[in-house]
Amino acid sequence: MKKVYASAEAALEGVLFDGMTMAAGGFGLCGIPELLIAAIKEAGTKDITIASNNCGVDDFGLGVLLKTRQIKKMISSYVGENAEFMRQYLSGELELEFNPQGTLAERMRAGGAGIPGFYTKTGVGTVIADGKDVKQFNGQDYILETGLVMDLAIVKAWKADESGNLVFRKTARNFNVPAATCGKICVAEVEEIVPLGSLDPDTIHLPGIYVHRIVQGQHEKRIEQRTVRKREDV
Amino acid sequence: MAWDRNQMAARAAQELQDGWYVNLGIGIPTLVSNYIPEGITVTLQSENGMLGMGPFPFEGEEDADLINAGKQTITELPQTAYFDSATSFAMIRGGKIAMAILGAMEVAENGDLANWMIPGKLVKGMGGAMDLVAGVGRVVVVMDHTSKHGESKVLKACTLPLTGRAVVDRIITNLGVLDVVEGGLKLVELADGVTEAELRAATEATIVN
Repeated sequence: MKKVYASAEAALEGVLFDGMTMAAGGFGLCGIPELLIAAIKEAGTKDITIASNNCGVDDFGLGVLLKTRQIKKMISSYVGENAEFMRQYLSGELELEFNPQGTLAERMRAGGAGIPGFYTKTGVGTVIADGKDVKQFNGQDYILETGLVMDLAIVKAWKADESGNLVFRKTARNFNVPAATCGKICVAEVEEIVPLGSLDPDTIHLPGIYVHRIVQGQHEKRIEQRTVRKREDV
Repeated sequence: MAWDRNQMAARAAQELQDGWYVNLGIGIPTLVSNYIPEGITVTLQSENGMLGMGPFPFEGEEDADLINAGKQTITELPQTAYFDSATSFAMIRGGKIAMAILGAMEVAENGDLANWMIPGKLVKGMGGAMDLVAGVGRVVVVMDHTSKHGESKVLKACTLPLTGRAVVDRIITNLGVLDVVEGGLKLVELADGVTEAELRAATEATIVN
């Protein structure tokens, strides 16, 4: 079975439908599946629920799907960089479920690993615990969180081989690994597809079993906060 | 007289111990990395997936794939390791991070911490703060002792939604250092030129001897 597709549009063919759920990799604008997001915009899929740590900025990342009103609900830990997000949320057009960042990552990991729920100390005594089962272990309170299984995962990696084994680069790995595992189908966009045998099997970050379709493309890789030091500071 | 932002960061850096893995929050806590005492090795964690966080890059050497949890461009060090978000929070939740130094809006005398939302105002989200305060070995808060309007931020009970319940170990403010102990807060140290009476007047929480 061939996993390599010619375009982001082709890689998403037949997997998009209105009302679907998705997991998206990335942290801020780092390591986001920007080509697949653009293709989802073109496809016009509606009422999507997306689990993603953030929701992009107004004109890049998942923010572009907000502008076109394709997102029904976000499951995120931090959404502060996006004016359109706030406008839609405050006017009731957009649903939002805040998850602590580690809880969100673990919900994806657990869902992908066949674990329907787990207990965590994160959020005990806060609004996050409202309505959730509380259980004591060794005299301490923990709350029950559920694993996430989504219709589709969209992720971005640095390199893939033709069997879908993925390698990420620096902090662009972030949510891409847990997001990929929790999708019933995972589509990965990469900067480079290399022939079988050219990736060292000991250095694969995500085995191809999790990755169903891959597409290579040109990435903008926008920097959200450019911070530098001057050479004379050293 | 009291400590300024940099003096607060320098005081917080005195909390660090050799060999520790530490997470620094956004704001004054970030400045702590400028004051790591000579002769000790501390590894900084960035919860987006990195241990061994280096300084900002030189101009022209920014890398879009290398950012910290505040989304700023940074650099790597010889001991740097990268990992995914689930692994990152596994080490936080698993108690492998010795200490987190975080900013706060309010702290209560029982160690309750509020630093993520003000009802009725823009809510951006908690990010990794709830995971950090629940999971790391020791939580140190660095913040101004009072609000812009002069109201105490060191309270008997938090008025804002909590980030964590009874999670703070030590509070470092512009006026001094306080520890969360049985029955209230214990004065550890006064900032330069600050009297105990001044600190007490700026503190709503119970101070025990």
